[in-house]
Amino acid sequence: MGKPAKSYVSTTNACKLCKPLGACLAFKGIEGAVPYLHGSQGCATYMRRYIISHFREPMDIASSSLGEKHAIYGGGPNLKLGLKNVITKYDCRLVGIATTCLTETIGDDTPMYLNEFRREFKDLLDSHDSPELVSVSTPSYSGTHMEGFHEALRAVVDQISRSGPRHSRITIMPGFVSPADTRYLKEIIGDFGMSATIFPDISTSLDGVAAVVYEKLASGGVPLSEIREMGASPASLEFGRTLDKAHTAAGLLENDYHIPCYSLGTPVGLRETDRFFETLSSLSHSPIPEKHEMERGRLIDAYVDAHKYSFGVRAVVYGEEDLVVGLTSFLAEIGVKVVLCASGGESGRLKEAVGSVTTDLLSEPPIVVEGVDFHEIAEIAERLHPDILIGNSKGYHLARRWGVPFVRVGFPIHDRFGGQRILHLGYRGAQSLLDGIVNAVIETRQEASDIGYTYY
Amino acid sequence: MKAVKEEPNALGIETVDPDEVKQTLLAKVPTKVARKRAKQIVINKTGEDPEVPEIGANTRTIPGIITQRGCTYAGCKGVILGPTRDIVNITHGPIGCGFYSWLTRRNQTRPAGPDDYNFMTYCFSTDMQESDIVFGGEKKLRTAIQEAYDLFKPKAISIFSTCPVGLIGDDVHSVAREMKEKLGINVFAFSCEGYKGVSQSAGHHIANNGIFTHVVGLDDAVKGGKYRINLLGEYNIGGDAFEIDRILEDCGITVVSTFSGNSSYDEFANAHTADLNTIMCHRSINYVAEMMETKFGIPWIKINFLGAKACAKSLRKIARYFEDAELIERVEEVIARELPEVEKVAEEVSRRCEGKRAMLFVGGSRAHHYQELFAEIGMKTICAGYEFAHRDDYEGRKVLPFLKVDADSRNIEELEVHADPERYRPRKTAEDMERLQSEGFRFKDYDGMMPEMMKNTLVIDDISQHETEKLLEIYKPDVFCAGIKEKFAVQKSGIPMKQLHSYDSGGPYAGFRGAVNFYREIDRMVNSKVWKYIKAPWQESPELTARYACD
Ligand code: SF4
Ligand code: SF4
Repeated sequence: MGKPAKSYVSTTNACKLCKPLGACLAFKGIEGAVPYLHGSQGCATYMRRYIISHFREPMDIASSSLGEKHAIYGGGPNLKLGLKNVITKYDCRLVGIATTCLTETIGDDTPMYLNEFRREFKDLLDSHDSPELVSVSTPSYSGTHMEGFHEALRAVVDQISRSGPRHSRITIMPGFVSPADTRYLKEIIGDFGMSATIFPDISTSLDGVAAVVYEKLASGGVPLSEIREMGASPASLEFGRTLDKAHTAAGLLENDYHIPCYSLGTPVGLRETDRFFETLSSLSHSPIPEKHEMERGRLIDAYVDAHKYSFGVRAVVYGEEDLVVGLTSFLAEIGVKVVLCASGGESGRLKEAVGSVTTDLLSEPPIVVEGVDFHEIAEIAERLHPDILIGNSKGYHLARRWGVPFVRVGFPIHDRFGGQRILHLGYRGAQSLLDGIVNAVIETRQEASDIGYTYY
Repeated sequence: MKAVKEEPNALGIETVDPDEVKQTLLAKVPTKVARKRAKQIVINKTGEDPEVPEIGANTRTIPGIITQRGCTYAGCKGVILGPTRDIVNITHGPIGCGFYSWLTRRNQTRPAGPDDYNFMTYCFSTDMQESDIVFGGEKKLRTAIQEAYDLFKPKAISIFSTCPVGLIGDDVHSVAREMKEKLGINVFAFSCEGYKGVSQSAGHHIANNGIFTHVVGLDDAVKGGKYRINLLGEYNIGGDAFEIDRILEDCGITVVSTFSGNSSYDEFANAHTADLNTIMCHRSINYVAEMMETKFGIPWIKINFLGAKACAKSLRKIARYFEDAELIERVEEVIARELPEVEKVAEEVSRRCEGKRAMLFVGGSRAHHYQELFAEIGMKTICAGYEFAHRDDYEGRKVLPFLKVDADSRNIEELEVHADPERYRPRKTAEDMERLQSEGFRFKDYDGMMPEMMKNTLVIDDISQHETEKLLEIYKPDVFCAGIKEKFAVQKSGIPMKQLHSYDSGGPYAGFRGAVNFYREIDRMVNSKVWKYIKAPWQESPELTARYACD
């Protein structure tokens, strides 16, 4: 199911990033957390560089800086020394330790080292207000940054959350969405009069304000107290149709703490957003706030207005699997003919998920491929004569080669400004995606016109 | 003469005691860490001994400290081989390492024609999976090489090992040999696992050794040009090499090869036919020049095209080497034509920049060379340091005999090079070299950064994020230069930050036109009004808040 006929053994221009990067992003959404890679320093430097170029924000990732000697004799001593330095310097609330290919290959037992550390450095931990140490195994030779992201969240819940008296704060795991998306989710929750933990919350930690005094640890993120209490949350909502609950935080909460888990599609476009709002409405026993009703109404109005531009446009969509599903659902609503859905991820569920959001709208389902790279995407797409490309910056060369408009969404966006502020979710996100896509289409027509009309 | 520059009250930081700053940087870090860092944080002053003080460099970064440094693989694949457009570079490893080095540096390249290869926009990887880690990745690597060959029919394919490869014991070199035989093109591999060295510097070395072994010398044809040089350690960020080429060409000097900006396989193969090696970045390539001298008889000199004056000086040095009146005259003509315009801009910009203070923490030579550009617009460098340099880049080549060999440096193969029986051809007789030297011409010489910095400046090797923050707090410089990883943290402190790896998408900054670009850019940055908006009016004057509150 969903497995493409992969035509190459090697990967040319990958459409995925590596696992610990996703883990670092997830940790960054926790208040007072420092991501830490157990491995050699290059991985941390590379990932910092990558994350920073998208968000244009500081991103510290510590490393145990292993050398050849440690690769042979084990990285325990360096891990401990590194932790000691991080805790001393940052006064952090949590250190999120992700392993790398190196430490996974040599088989370092990270949880064991951490237990030793907790014993050996008890005084240090005590004198720094006992920061949490969470570890997650993230070998990049199995899985992409998205698996790393979800595994990290799961590890945090597994190692920190506790049961307790039920409270009223629901938990929302939106997946890897932008800071702007996260802020918007908070607004929606507030408008419903509910309280929620959005986990992770990178809305401030990766899109902060210009400050007079530099904060060593960016503010924002989910407070540890809320993470602890997730085990007593009334419900959790998890976005992503390709997720497997056996590997997600909400799955763990359901399994270990019997917290009802609402698995929803990433709410991109009208119908997936409707499902999300309905869920909130039923959980809060309150109607959809008028403000959002209005936004929904305006969105549909715009759908109607846009139809003459968007209908029949042939699109190629790529990126993280759940984003691709959401985008495809939305594009189908506005009459765009998605010809290819592609991802470097390989959940085995992409095809089914795309099918479930498009069957009632598309006469012909798009081709869906998993585990592919941009070279393979190009080979397939070229036969399909796309009119538009939708995805992260890494597809730019294809759009350029084909001479088609390119709408940037998701991560990484390092050839445009404001990637962290792109809104994908909800009625409002759909509105802004719609405007962007329609304008890209108009711009192309206008450029191609000999006359240079100014009415479209 | 003292080795550091002394000029009383010249820095504008007299109120700051560098010794105290050093203590502040070392405060609150565990004793062992402090002891190690103390050696790498040096106050640039001379005592009884007129030489600059010793600095600790090229030692491992302490775990848990946020460093600017990358890994050996990054230096090998990303820096040295990355800018070469027509070699297919395959990363052997899991996907991340390759992905992160995919066209992230802003090296520019100019293919000779529409049919010329340019693979720089590609990222080839074996994308190792669990089974490759368990059962070995050689088979996959072989297939990857075959696939790349079938797709592109390149002249050469190179393979880069990432950390797991060395650990599982894949023999990348034997796979390379085998595929070279099979495909009939040049295939070579690098054991540049990230953990191997202290920083990317180790990777530069491994890469350059590899090019020297597998490529240099494959094409003996002496192509045109009267004054034929190689430009070593110039990576063509933001088009620097294009500007240098323009000037050299104007002078009638032919660049046989550039290592490795706008570089190509054929140029490397032909590099040994040049008559002089000129070195921009001493750190990343001085050993190649040494090897070329031993093997082929090509002398080398240090030059620097950053800074208009340095550029003029370098051109004169090259002309002097060739001892040709026609060339010397031509070089003077070019300088006379180019320099006045540059000086005019420098003067205009100086009016706004004079006396402002810069900090540079970057690379293995940039932190030194860019000081020239700042000086030309009247700015002072108050603190500087390298990311991955060695002691000789700080203190000068005179310390070379005293460098300690440790486990990490032993890891990098020192090639044993001998004079080539057929092709060794001294470009100058021993007498000529001696005569030139007696006239003050300096071969294979580099004095390093510290002797050119002012007294009481701070020199810090492998600066950490924490130390950066402290320095900004204490000195409040007018501009801070480093890379993208530091950019936003520095700007959050309200200080303009200039990237000297990617140039913030600007450049070129080398050569004469480059100097003008740089002056204007720094002018824009240090005189920008944007910083004053950081504080809202009610934060600036609390009475405003009070008034609003009363309203
Ligand atoms: S070794 Fe693994 S964790 Fe490190 S950059 Fe490469 S793929 Fe990512
Ligand atoms: S795994 Fe090794 S080679 Fe790859 S980025 Fe990390 S340190 Fe560098």
